[in-house]
Amino acid sequence: MDETLARKLRILADAAKYDASCASSGAPRRKAGADGLGSTTGAGICHAYTPDGRCVSLLKILLTNYCLFDCAYCVNRRSSNVARARFSVEEVVTLTVEFYKRNYIEGLFLSSGIIRSPDYTMETLTRVARKLRREHGFRGYIHLKSIPAASPWLIEEAGLYADRLSVNLELPTEASLIRLAPEKDGAAIEEAMGQIGERIVQAREERRRFSPAGQSTQVIVGADATTDEAMIRKSALLYGTYGLKRVYYSAFSPIPDASAALPPQAPPLRREHRLYQADWLIRYYEFSPDDVAGAAEGGMLALDIDPKLAWALKNRHRFPVDVNRADREMLLRVPGLGARAVDAIVKARRHGRLRLDDVARLTSGLKRARPFLIAEDFRPTTLTDRLDLRAKLAEPAEQLSLF
Amino acid sequence: MEEAPRPQNPLPSAGEGGGLLGRGIRAAGLAPGADLAGFRAAARRLIAAGVSPDDIVWQTEAASLFAAAPIPADGSPLHLPRAVADLIPMVVPHRDPERYGLLYALIWRVSRGERALMEVASDPLVHRLHRMRKAIGRDLHKMHAFLRFRRTPGEGPERFVAWFEPDHHILEAAAPFFVDRFRALNWSILTPEGSAHWDGALRFGPPGRREDVPEGDRFEAGWRDYYESTFNPARLNLDAMRAEMPRKYWRNMPETAAIPALVRAAGARARAMIEREPTMPAKRDPVRAVARMAQDEPETLEALNAIIARSEPPVPGATQAVLGEGPVGARIAFVGEQPGDQEDRQGRPFVGPAGQLLSRALEEAGIDRREAYLTNAVKHFKFSLRGRRRIHEKPTAGEVSHDRWWLERELGFVGPKLVVALGATAVLALTGRQIPITRARGPADFHKAFEGFVTVHPSYLLRLPDEARDVAYRAFVDDLRRARAMAA
Ligand code: SF4
Repeated sequence: MDETLARKLRILADAAKYDASCASSGAPRRKAGADGLGSTTGAGICHAYTPDGRCVSLLKILLTNYCLFDCAYCVNRRSSNVARARFSVEEVVTLTVEFYKRNYIEGLFLSSGIIRSPDYTMETLTRVARKLRREHGFRGYIHLKSIPAASPWLIEEAGLYADRLSVNLELPTEASLIRLAPEKDGAAIEEAMGQIGERIVQAREERRRFSPAGQSTQVIVGADATTDEAMIRKSALLYGTYGLKRVYYSAFSPIPDASAALPPQAPPLRREHRLYQADWLIRYYEFSPDDVAGAAEGGMLALDIDPKLAWALKNRHRFPVDVNRADREMLLRVPGLGARAVDAIVKARRHGRLRLDDVARLTSGLKRARPFLIAEDFRPTTLTDRLDLRAKLAEPAEQLSLF
Repeated sequence: MEEAPRPQNPLPSAGEGGGLLGRGIRAAGLAPGADLAGFRAAARRLIAAGVSPDDIVWQTEAASLFAAAPIPADGSPLHLPRAVADLIPMVVPHRDPERYGLLYALIWRVSRGERALMEVASDPLVHRLHRMRKAIGRDLHKMHAFLRFRRTPGEGPERFVAWFEPDHHILEAAAPFFVDRFRALNWSILTPEGSAHWDGALRFGPPGRREDVPEGDRFEAGWRDYYESTFNPARLNLDAMRAEMPRKYWRNMPETAAIPALVRAAGARARAMIEREPTMPAKRDPVRAVARMAQDEPETLEALNAIIARSEPPVPGATQAVLGEGPVGARIAFVGEQPGDQEDRQGRPFVGPAGQLLSRALEEAGIDRREAYLTNAVKHFKFSLRGRRRIHEKPTAGEVSHDRWWLERELGFVGPKLVVALGATAVLALTGRQIPITRARGPADFHKAFEGFVTVHPSYLLRLPDEARDVAYRAFVDDLRRARAMAA
């Protein structure tokens, strides 16, 4: 690989790394054609992990980090003094194909600063995807970040080639958007989400291809005063209204050339983690946004315990739960029992009564679950009333240390 | 999560062997590695002969350690619950020498009446087998993920080679994934136990050596650059990395050489970012550029048509997008369904049989076709091939909404007083709803800047039997006359 291309790659990968989504899941299973390249397995594969613990699944790069907009939280904003670079369509295609052939990646996640115009930018992104699919028979995963103000027909075309489309919301309230991302238009963002969502549903009915792995978005955590509760309620709305597959929470990260509009600070990683847990409870554990809000204090989730445990501690009267009798919904509310463990319990108990040892074989979270459940040979008695229960189950409270 | 290596199955000593033989102990000898076929055959025979799990020694080494009664020669196929049948191939590759014995015990219990045993995940045997299955699943997943190909040097067709050291005997189970993914390439995967080769057909061969893999690869440095650049030093979290990417894999992954330096520098880099004063923008505020880009949308019908012309047909084989035709400023616009075979070839709307019928009707109604604007709701011909004939296929609602943005913009540029929807697809495009023509026929409200009118599509007339066609044709011409009056 020649040095100019390598230099661009370093700049444009660095510029793209603040986007939290890197998933390659959800696409329909595909295999390579006779002279094509690539497959998707449905589940997605992480090909490596960086020392920040995050997975490398896709080649996540920007087409260019030049940008006409000036969003305060973004390293690529026009007023930032970072090195700039721009890939040609051909270069992105080459990198994707060559990396893919060596089994480094599952596909491409392509985004871009806004250059010349939203339409021009969107069209160029789409050209990359089209070239990969049409000229290289590429069947790997493609995620395109849509430019919200681009013409609707360009988003329509992008959906023909991409497995996933996303539009980043970044800030969950209109007020913070106006303050921190003056050129962005909240209405345009949601309009684009609406269009994508509508087309996904329609294409599924007609068995045609349009962004088959759905759409996602990202919100930044800790760049303004928005509470966890507001974030969760906003996400629930996005899941409901636009059929989003995922909302990614990205702890606002210090960037090499920070704007004066934001205080430089360490990223609130623990908070980000709690938001993901809460989001998970809503998507897979039948919790409502109200449940999550009820587990929070002043709109903020506890940092020292996870939201499920927080909810259980606030609702002690509903515990302990009998593993041999309780219905699935209530078992899902027991801290330490995951959805898989619950399903295994429900199945196994049809064939005999479960003892604590049996439960221990079905979950790795027995320590946390114990105070909240009853088994054939076990009853926690006073445990749920103990005042120090929270302290006993909490994790060390400080922020994950950086150094 | 990984199964710890276990000592060899404690086999009875030679002395005991004689005594056990007296009790009818059988030795089942299987090939080294993952001998799925051998295990299946043996299990079938042993179950048929009613041999209890306690009376079998599973031997995975070539040499038999002691003489034992032979395995019965025959056995009918086993009818196992799906969950058991699925589990077997996922446990056989496990390197634990007890795997066959455990699987046989499961089959034994299931065939002795515990049909639902697999549902009892808390049963110690089921639990242990589940953990073994999980270990295999994880090993497979890691091989799919962490294997790295290197291109062999030299000209000629590309060939890729990889070295990998799985924990279990999974090479054969892992190979199909690479076939599905890299079908068009030639590749080999070498492991200490065996090798897999693909050049249009899959072959398995003898063990390979790490030295048989090329030293480096043209894109490896670029990959390492990417890996380094995508790491955010402000989020260092080594435990999470190690949990997902255990060290034992590192030595065959080129990018991991960068880890120590990244970790060492992370703290200082993050601190520097936090402590650095925010810089003042060096560039002027590009007010004009930002203002200009706000109006980047096509400003003329030609600009819009250029975009439509560049778009892709929904069905491969269609020749071109068929654009609208007629003067900007036309008082009346007609919207049809989509181009047909003739339109697709000539690149003009309404030139086929239905178009000719429309021309005649327009003339009779006193409308000059050259002064009207004619276009379609969907811009590409969609067809299915029957022999050599391209048979028109109705556009789906999705295709109609796919093109609706263009139609809206197009009519915006033309600015007609009246828009006539010809047929149900045009109505769908203009209203977003499916409405039967019989109900909607006549003046209509499309909630747009123009007046609306609904009538049939001329191709509908072509499909009617002769007698009915005349009547319908007269009604169609009448509709067009009314439309002309409305547009006046
Ligand atoms: S539009 Fe805003 S968030 Fe996107 S690249 Fe430009 S400055 Fe960054």
